[in-house]
Amino acid sequence: MTADLAELRPGRPRARPAGGRGPAAPSPPRRRHVVLALGPWSLRVERRVLGVGVVLAVLVAVAMAASTLFGDYGLAVRDVLAILGGDESDPRATYFVTEQRIPRVLAGAAVGAALALSGAIFQNLSRNPLGSPDIIGFTVGAASGALAQIILFDAAPDAVAAGAVVGGLGTAVAVYALSWQRGVAAHRLVLVGVGVGAVLQALNALLVVKASLTEAQTAAVWLAGSLNAMTWGPLLRLSAALAVLVPAALALARPLGSLVLGDDVAAATGVRVERCRLGLVAVGVALVAAAVATAGPLAFVALAAPQIGRRLTRTPWAGPVVSALVGALVVVLSDLVAQRIFAPTQLPVGVVTGSLGGAYLIWLLAWQRRNPLL
Amino acid sequence: MTVAAWTGRAGPTAEAGAGEPGGPGGAEGTAGPAGPAGAEIRTSRRAVGLAVAVGVLLLALLLSLMIGSNLLAPGEVLHQLLSPDGTGNTSVIRGHRVPRTVLGAVVGAALGVAGALMQSLTRNPLGDPGVLGINAGAGLAVVLAVAVTGRTGIGFYLWFGFLGAGLAAVAVYTLGSVGRAEATPARLAIAGVAISAAIAALIQTVILTDQQVFNEFRLWAAGSLEGRGWPILRIVAPVVALGIVGAALLTPSLNALALGDDAGTALGVRVRRTRTLTMAAVAVLCGAATAAVGPIAFVGLGVPHLARAVVGPDQRWVLPYAVPLGAAMLLVADVIGRVLVPEEIQVGIVTALLGGPVLIALVRRPRLKLL
Amino acid sequence: MTLPEPADLADLADLAPAPAPAVDSPARLRGRDLVVGYGDEPVIDGLSITVPDAELTAVVGPNACGKSTLLRALARLLDPRPGLVLLDGRAIHEQPAKDVARRLGLLPQAPTAPGGLVVEDLVARGRYPHQGLLRQWSSGDQRAVDAAMARARVTDLSQRPVDQLSGGQRQRVWLAMALAQETDLLLLDEPTTYLDIAHQVEVLDLCEDLHRDGLTVVAVLHDLNLAFRYATHVIVMHEGTVVAEGPPGEVVTAELIGEVFDLPCRIVPDPETATPMVVPRRRAGR
Repeated sequence: MTADLAELRPGRPRARPAGGRGPAAPSPPRRRHVVLALGPWSLRVERRVLGVGVVLAVLVAVAMAASTLFGDYGLAVRDVLAILGGDESDPRATYFVTEQRIPRVLAGAAVGAALALSGAIFQNLSRNPLGSPDIIGFTVGAASGALAQIILFDAAPDAVAAGAVVGGLGTAVAVYALSWQRGVAAHRLVLVGVGVGAVLQALNALLVVKASLTEAQTAAVWLAGSLNAMTWGPLLRLSAALAVLVPAALALARPLGSLVLGDDVAAATGVRVERCRLGLVAVGVALVAAAVATAGPLAFVALAAPQIGRRLTRTPWAGPVVSALVGALVVVLSDLVAQRIFAPTQLPVGVVTGSLGGAYLIWLLAWQRRNPLL
Repeated sequence: MTVAAWTGRAGPTAEAGAGEPGGPGGAEGTAGPAGPAGAEIRTSRRAVGLAVAVGVLLLALLLSLMIGSNLLAPGEVLHQLLSPDGTGNTSVIRGHRVPRTVLGAVVGAALGVAGALMQSLTRNPLGDPGVLGINAGAGLAVVLAVAVTGRTGIGFYLWFGFLGAGLAAVAVYTLGSVGRAEATPARLAIAGVAISAAIAALIQTVILTDQQVFNEFRLWAAGSLEGRGWPILRIVAPVVALGIVGAALLTPSLNALALGDDAGTALGVRVRRTRTLTMAAVAVLCGAATAAVGPIAFVGLGVPHLARAVVGPDQRWVLPYAVPLGAAMLLVADVIGRVLVPEEIQVGIVTALLGGPVLIALVRRPRLKLL
Repeated sequence: MTLPEPADLADLADLAPAPAPAVDSPARLRGRDLVVGYGDEPVIDGLSITVPDAELTAVVGPNACGKSTLLRALARLLDPRPGLVLLDGRAIHEQPAKDVARRLGLLPQAPTAPGGLVVEDLVARGRYPHQGLLRQWSSGDQRAVDAAMARARVTDLSQRPVDQLSGGQRQRVWLAMALAQETDLLLLDEPTTYLDIAHQVEVLDLCEDLHRDGLTVVAVLHDLNLAFRYATHVIVMHEGTVVAEGPPGEVVTAELIGEVFDLPCRIVPDPETATPMVVPRRRAGR
């Protein structure tokens, strides 16, 4: 048996295995993980991830509080606090706080979390930090559906949202079906996505060009992604969707951790590769659909939030919980900025997230030494 | 074919098999007997193909001149071109359709060549010249020009568009080579995505706050040959010609570089200089085209593939093919856009509507030749 | 669960390895009439194979003869229909994936780990088949990971990123991950390719240890001499069929190697282990 030179340092016992697998082997220093156990449920988490997660959760809460207090309609902080405490003396102010600000803030957090979670799923599945649901043409398809509703059918916001979901899902299915030839090869999916995306993009441009100016502007606002005029109705629908999708995403996160090692390795350790992948794609698409139906296609959250989360926790892949928290934080803060920066004009929140996203990518290229992208 | 024959340089006959350049045509374009006799056959076949391409272009030119609000016979078209008789048809043909047609041909050629350069430079068959931030840069400049000055009209913001495209290309290149790193194709692509995204957000901010700007922008962004007459052509054509000449001069170096940076250096190519110059050529060609006409999809992406399907990855042939093929493609798209519905569909939209399904059909072929 | 067996077939685990052609035997992993391919032309067409229990089997053959294809089909990564792969008597495709992964491990060719992934985390992934949605980590998992790392001798590398290790170290880490699955059968697809000679020997020594501990090990190997040195059972493949199998000493002849690999050679006994060693003949006229 060849000696492992590293182990021949003086005074260090050689870690020779005993015959068979019974007796315990010497264990390395256990510094990095914490095992949380409660009854039949047990979970192993890295300390740093746990810490970052807790801090992020606190930050999200703070941001949401700030956005509630400092939102768009000029209200003194004192008054807002009073309203939150139950004071209903000023019905209009009360209305603005309870029917507009609070749902807006909650929706922002929920949409951010959903988008970030979806982005994390797609980036890990495609093993590409630039991966996003756009690959299967979802965003473009959603835009087509929404634009058709706005420009061709002059529809109400709820119908626009429904159109977006139908358009997006239809496109995703079409792209998947068109790239299916005894299974879906990754490169074929990308190319078909490009082709379908281009066609839909052209149709969108056609609609925007041929529409009346007001219709086109309404469409442009929707396309930017906006939380303006958010009410409890869409928020509750989004929450209902997330109540199902988030647990599903978390359950599938474990096999995802094996899928990033490659299909073969994952299959060898007992992961049902095709089934898990399909489930993950379905959950990812559903998350995006729910988010887009609620707030339109917010740029960049799905792309940037998981990577930011990954950097904060210094892990090789984007964990779902941290990604979701970062996404929520980004959207809530962006919405606050969007409301205040050109006050009283409200910018759509998508413009702020888009700018942040662009800046993020530039920073990534310019200031990252060990750049995992390249 | 040996590497030396490809690049026209006296160099070691390196194994060209390892660094297989992207794109189809390895088998199709160079099938036939090997050796000197085979080379002669190939060259004459390619020359014939080029003549066919030019023929297609002439046909497209003719169609573009014939078709419009009223259909003119070919004889009438030729008559007006050669000996104008001052009738209404003269102004239609000479004043309106000729500049539009020529502009379409020039822009199409520019995009085709830019695409060929792009795909060769990045060794990526999905290379589209717009990826380098050029479309976004032109768009932002146009938007700002209208927003700040309140003036509209393509004759006015053409210059801004060109400037914006150039600045964006410079920004992308700088970002791609920041930190004294090499501006490798991968870095350039990601820098392009980053800059385009940042610019897109800025564009959105402006158009959502100014109605007039929004109106101008949505028309420009569709990519149209409408309303661009001789003035535009006079500005754009020389620039494009310059770009194409530059591209032609770069072809031997690009051929060598297609085998990989290391192989190229071994053959004596100055990699960094070639890359910079190629990017400049792409910026000039694509910038001029986009500034004049708006962003046009798929011509830059598809034309090189068509060319390579016929002649293989030799840039010395791809470029001459890209010129008539690109021009013809754009003109045909424009004609279809005018013919299909009573109210014209912009050419930028038509190219995408047609290009997308063609791409999908290609991808679905059993032996995928794209990659 | 066994099929009715001919009475004169002895339990393979007890005897010294006997030259066993494809006759029905109670071996745990078997393939029947496998048809496997990546497209129109099948690489393997109607092959039946038995993996002898408690042997260290080397699968050798020239490039593109179907060695890796066979291994992947046996590990249920590829579809062998209309043939069948049997694990413990039942069709492998009918058994739950995690169940199979608790008994059969596979180390695929040239595996890659995402940048920054630490050794211990990679090895921990091997515990997947033993974990569930609720019980995601237990002390048993920890023990298995520690034991696997100790066996593969990578304990002191446990906190280092995988992509910063040398080729040999990295391969041992991947082996540790496969070992963490705690299986009785272990399939290795080209575990020594791209490694220098010292690291090849390191990895094969580890395989030998595992075999001595009672595992059934099957490895696709390129280096014939190392394969014949370490293997107790060798399967020689050529163009999708098995042309010979059995203990190296009995099966390997100059004629066999010459025909299968198109290489005129001599077979001499290895000076260290007396196993067959292939010595290519010099070119004529030199």
